[in-house]
Amino acid sequence: MSREHDKGMSVIVKTITRLTVGLIFLYGIHILSHGHVSPGGGFAGGIIVALSFVHLMLAYGKDVALEKLPRGVTSLFEGMGAIIFLSIALIGFTSGYFFINFLAKGEPFRLFSAGIIPLCNIAIGLKVGAGLFAIFVALVLLKFDTESKENKK
Amino acid sequence: MIDLHLLLIAMIIGAIIAVEVKDLLSSVVALGAVGLVLSIAFLVLKAPDVAITQLVVEILALIILIRATLRKDLPFSASGRWVLNTFIAVCFIGVILVVAYKCFKDLPEFGYPIMRVAETYLKEGLPKTGAANIIASVILDYRAFDTLGEATVLFTAVIGVLALVRRIGRKRADETISDKEEY
Repeated sequence: MSREHDKGMSVIVKTITRLTVGLIFLYGIHILSHGHVSPGGGFAGGIIVALSFVHLMLAYGKDVALEKLPRGVTSLFEGMGAIIFLSIALIGFTSGYFFINFLAKGEPFRLFSAGIIPLCNIAIGLKVGAGLFAIFVALVLLKFDTESKENKK
Repeated sequence: MIDLHLLLIAMIIGAIIAVEVKDLLSSVVALGAVGLVLSIAFLVLKAPDVAITQLVVEILALIILIRATLRKDLPFSASGRWVLNTFIAVCFIGVILVVAYKCFKDLPEFGYPIMRVAETYLKEGLPKTGAANIIASVILDYRAFDTLGEATVLFTAVIGVLALVRRIGRKRADETISDKEEY
């Protein structure tokens, strides 16, 4: 057995996780990128993407999940989402005011329509997903002083 | 209307169970049931965006509560000055009921909101922003400033949590931290 079978839950959970985690990730991307034509949007899609990594972490333990999405990359995504969102708003100054919809509107009900709204959705999704996964990792790995003392005994 | 009332009653029962039950895990599960019923209530009120967001946030909060904060040696206090506490709680509930009765009389009736601003959005939302989902056009075009504020709040919250729980901030004076155990 390989190294990743040592930690985490049972083989049944790991097998089901391997089959479903990609689907959950893709569903999150779908919700995120179709936020302007169907219910959903950046916030919900970002959380579903984060939930797929949470799923991986619950089943396989922290080593496998943090190998796929290291903490540095999480911080990078979080900061990048915020900066993309703010710079989209600031670019609006070139053609008018803050948060102006400066791209072409396109045809309604198409994926590439509505100007800056899909880009804003992607930025918010990056930010929310990375931020909430970082909070989850920090709270799960948090160990209080009493516990670490008991572990040493 | 009757289904909405049933959902509200189920939410109140779930909340009471979550407060009253002794086991912490049962309490967290009851709280998750309240969130699920709230999501269904949003669906009944024809707000799928809010329902999706409520559902996924509830799932993430439930996982964090169960996996991260639920421990057997958590301090749990059931004693206290219950006479004074009950008196204060009853007083506050009475004040809130009186004030709510006076306030809610002036609100428009349920199901008949004031549509002064929303009518403009419904009429001009699709041609002006090009987004078929009217909610996306409101939160990311008409009211994008609010979304920027919300993003800032979430960013600050994440930074605050990460700064509070990091390992290096909780070490003793004589401890040394290696790179491996940063949390």
